[in-house]
Amino acid sequence: MRLPILDTTSETSAGCCGGGDDASTDTCGCGRPTPGPAAPRRGVARRSFLRTATAVTGGLAAFGAALSPLREIDRETDDTFAGFFQKHYKEMTPEDKEAVFARIRERVRTQHGVDATIADPPPLDGVEFVYALNLSRCNGNRRCVHACVAENNQSRSPEMQYIRVIEMPNGTFNLEEGDHHYDDATVPKEGHFYLPVQCHQCSSPPCTKVCPVEATWQEPDGITVVDYDWCIGCRYCEAACPYWARRFNFTQPEIPSQEINPDMGYLSNRPRTKGVMEKCTFCLHRTRVGRMPACLEACPTGARKFGNVLDPNSDVSQILKNSRVFVLKEEVGTLPRFFYYFDERHPRTGADDQAAIPADLREVVT
Amino acid sequence: MSQYVRFLWRCFRISFVGGWRYHLWMLFLTAVALFGLNAYCKQLVHGLGVTGMTDQVSWGLYIANFTFLVGMAAAAVMLVIPVYIYRNKELHDLVIFGELLAVASIIMCLLFVTVDLGRPDRFTHLFRRFNFPFSMLTWDVIVLNGYLLLNLHITGYMIYCHYMRREPRRALFVIPFVFVAIVWAISIHTVTAFLYVGLGARPFWNSAIIAPRFLASAFSAGPAFLILTLQVIGRYTTYHVPRPALMTLRRIVVVALTINTFLLLSELFTEFYTDSQHVASATYLYFGLHGYTALVPWIWTAVALNTIALIMLYLPLARSLRFLNLACVMLIAGIWIEKGMGLIVPAFIPSPLGEIVEYVPTLNELLVCAGIWAFGLLLYTIFVRITVPVLSGRLTYDTDFDPETENHPIARGAPEGSVT
Repeated sequence: MRLPILDTTSETSAGCCGGGDDASTDTCGCGRPTPGPAAPRRGVARRSFLRTATAVTGGLAAFGAALSPLREIDRETDDTFAGFFQKHYKEMTPEDKEAVFARIRERVRTQHGVDATIADPPPLDGVEFVYALNLSRCNGNRRCVHACVAENNQSRSPEMQYIRVIEMPNGTFNLEEGDHHYDDATVPKEGHFYLPVQCHQCSSPPCTKVCPVEATWQEPDGITVVDYDWCIGCRYCEAACPYWARRFNFTQPEIPSQEINPDMGYLSNRPRTKGVMEKCTFCLHRTRVGRMPACLEACPTGARKFGNVLDPNSDVSQILKNSRVFVLKEEVGTLPRFFYYFDERHPRTGADDQAAIPADLREVVT
Repeated sequence: MSQYVRFLWRCFRISFVGGWRYHLWMLFLTAVALFGLNAYCKQLVHGLGVTGMTDQVSWGLYIANFTFLVGMAAAAVMLVIPVYIYRNKELHDLVIFGELLAVASIIMCLLFVTVDLGRPDRFTHLFRRFNFPFSMLTWDVIVLNGYLLLNLHITGYMIYCHYMRREPRRALFVIPFVFVAIVWAISIHTVTAFLYVGLGARPFWNSAIIAPRFLASAFSAGPAFLILTLQVIGRYTTYHVPRPALMTLRRIVVVALTINTFLLLSELFTEFYTDSQHVASATYLYFGLHGYTALVPWIWTAVALNTIALIMLYLPLARSLRFLNLACVMLIAGIWIEKGMGLIVPAFIPSPLGEIVEYVPTLNELLVCAGIWAFGLLLYTIFVRITVPVLSGRLTYDTDFDPETENHPIARGAPEGSVT
C-alpha cells in the first residue's frame, strides 16, 4: 500500500525541477548548476573535498571568533567550577558549610587581602523580627542608606542600595508623586515627608513563592534570605516584589578592599557575584546575635525601631499595640513585617483614648 | 538502530544541499546567529549590565520575544485542530510544517529564557530543587519542554516512518500524542500568561484577561506566520501547498484577530474608564507618563498595523494572496510589538515605588535577539529541507544519497507493495 502523501507529491515534484532532472535530494533544483554525471569523477571529488574543507575551516574559525569573548571570563570571581557541586544551603551538612565558608574566606583573602569571618547564626526560638518606622521623625537624611551599603558589602560601582527613601509631598500617598532622587543636603524640605522603603520581610512573600529553584525562602524568624550560590538570576522575584526591595547584580560587584566589612554572614552580607539577586536581610548576622541593624544604628533621628514582636515588652510590640501603624500596599496581601507610624498627639492608650473623644460622643463611638 | 543513525547522518548531510538561494539564506542566518553568539559571550563575561535592563525594568526584550514565541509555538495547534477534529482535508499534509514550526519556536523560547538568566551555568539547580507547583516558572519549564518533546516525537516519528517507507501506526503513536499536544499547546500559553498574571505587584499584568488575550493573539500571529511560511515552502520546494489550505488559515486568523481586538478593547475600557491608580502603566504605554513616552510610538504603530490588518482581512480583497500576505506581515509585526514590548515593559513602568525608569535595549541585546531568531529560522529551514524530500518519497532508506553527486542520485523507487 502506498501512502497517499507519496502519490500526491511525487506528481508535483516532477514539474518543478524540470527536464528529467530527477533530483531525489535536491528539492529546489531551481537554478543550481549541476555537475553532469559524465564529469570526471576524481576532479569532482577533489573540488568537492576542497570546498568542504574550506567551508568547515571557515565555519570553525567563525565559530571560534564568536566565542572569543569567553577568554575574558574571570574564573575566580565567577566561581562556576568550584560552585557547581555545591549544595543548596538547606541541604548542607556542617562539614559542607565549613568547606564552603573556607572557600569564601579564601576568595575574600585573595581578592581583598582581608581576613573575613563567615558566620551562620541560626534563627532564634521565640523570635520574630519586626521593623517600625516613625514617619514623623524621618527627615530624609539617607544615613540609613549609606550605612546599609557599608555594612552589607554592596557593590560601590555601580552603587547598589537596599533602602530607597522617597520624598513625598504632604497631602498625598501616591508614590508616583514622590521624588526618588532628591538632594539630601537640604532636608527636610518644607511641605514634604520622607518614606524609606526596604525589604518588608513579608509573612506571605510573593518573591519566595515564584522562585523556580527555591534559592530564596523565609526563615523562622521572619527574614527572607537568598542563597547567592543557588540563585540562577531569572529575576522573577524582582518582578514579584511589590516593594521593589530586591536587587540584581547586573555586573560584577566592585568594592574597594579597604571598605570590605569582614564581619560576614553566609545568608546576608558575604560577597556576591554578578548575575544573582540580593536583598535586605535585616542585617541577620548582627540581629541574630543581639545587635541592631546597621540602618537603625545610623539613624540620627530615632525614627527606626527594631525588635522581637513576640516579646511583649520590646519597642516594636509597644508601638504595634499603642500607635496607629500601617503597612504599605496592604491590598497586595503580603502581610509585611515592616510597619510605618506617625507620632500621635492622643495615643490610644487606656484613659487617654477615651479622653481624646469629646464627652458627648463617647457613647456613640463605643 | 544503525538505520536510525544513518537517517540522522543523512539528515545532517542534506541540510547542506541546495541551490544558491538556499546557501545564501543559510549563510546569512549562520552569520547572524554567530554575531548573536558573540554578543551573548560578551554578556556572559560582563553580566547582564550589557543589556538595557535595570533593577526597575528587570525584564526586557528577551522575555518579550520569549512571550511572543510561545504564541508562535502554539500556531501548530491551529493546523492540528481543523485536521484532526474537523477532518479538514486541505490542511492535512501541511500539519507537519506547523509542528516543525512549534519545535523551532520552542527552542527559540528556551534560548530566550536562557540568555535572560544571570547564572545560566546553574541551570542544573532546576533538577535539584524544583519549586513545583508554587512557582509558575517551574510550570513553564514543564509545559515548554513537554510541548517540545511532544512535537519532536510527532514530527520525528512521521518523518522517520516516511523515510523507512512504513505506514505510521497512527492510532498508537500519533493520534494520542496529537490530542495531548492540542491541550498542551493551550497550556503553554495559559501557563506563560499566568507567569505574569499571578503577580499582585504588577497591576498591569494582574488581570484575568491576559491569558485569553495571549491565546487570541497567538492564534492570529501563528497561523499568519504559517500562511507566509507555507507559501515560501510552496514556492521554493517541490511541495504542493493547496490554496484552500491558505484560505482556511486565513479564516482562523480573521476570527482570532477579531477576538483579540475585542479583548484588547475590554481591557482598555476597564483601565481607562475606571481611571484608578492601576492605569499608570497603561497610560505610560499609550500616552506617556510625566513626559516619558518611549513606548508610545511603538504601541500606536502596533494598533495601526493590527487595525489595518483586521480591516484588510475582512475585505474580499484578502482572498488575493498578495493582500493576504501584506495583512499577515502587518499583523505579525503588530502582535510582536503588542505582546512583546507592549506587554512586558510597561508592567515595570512606573516601578512599584512609583519611579519611572525607561528601558531602551542595547545593541548587544539586539544582537543576541537577532542571533536567536536567526538560529531558530536556521533550524526551521533545515527541518523543512529534510521534511520535503522525505515526505515526497525522494529521500528514503533505500534511495542512495551520495553528497558528492547529490544532484544525480540513482533514483530507485521501492517496489510497489513494499510499503506497508
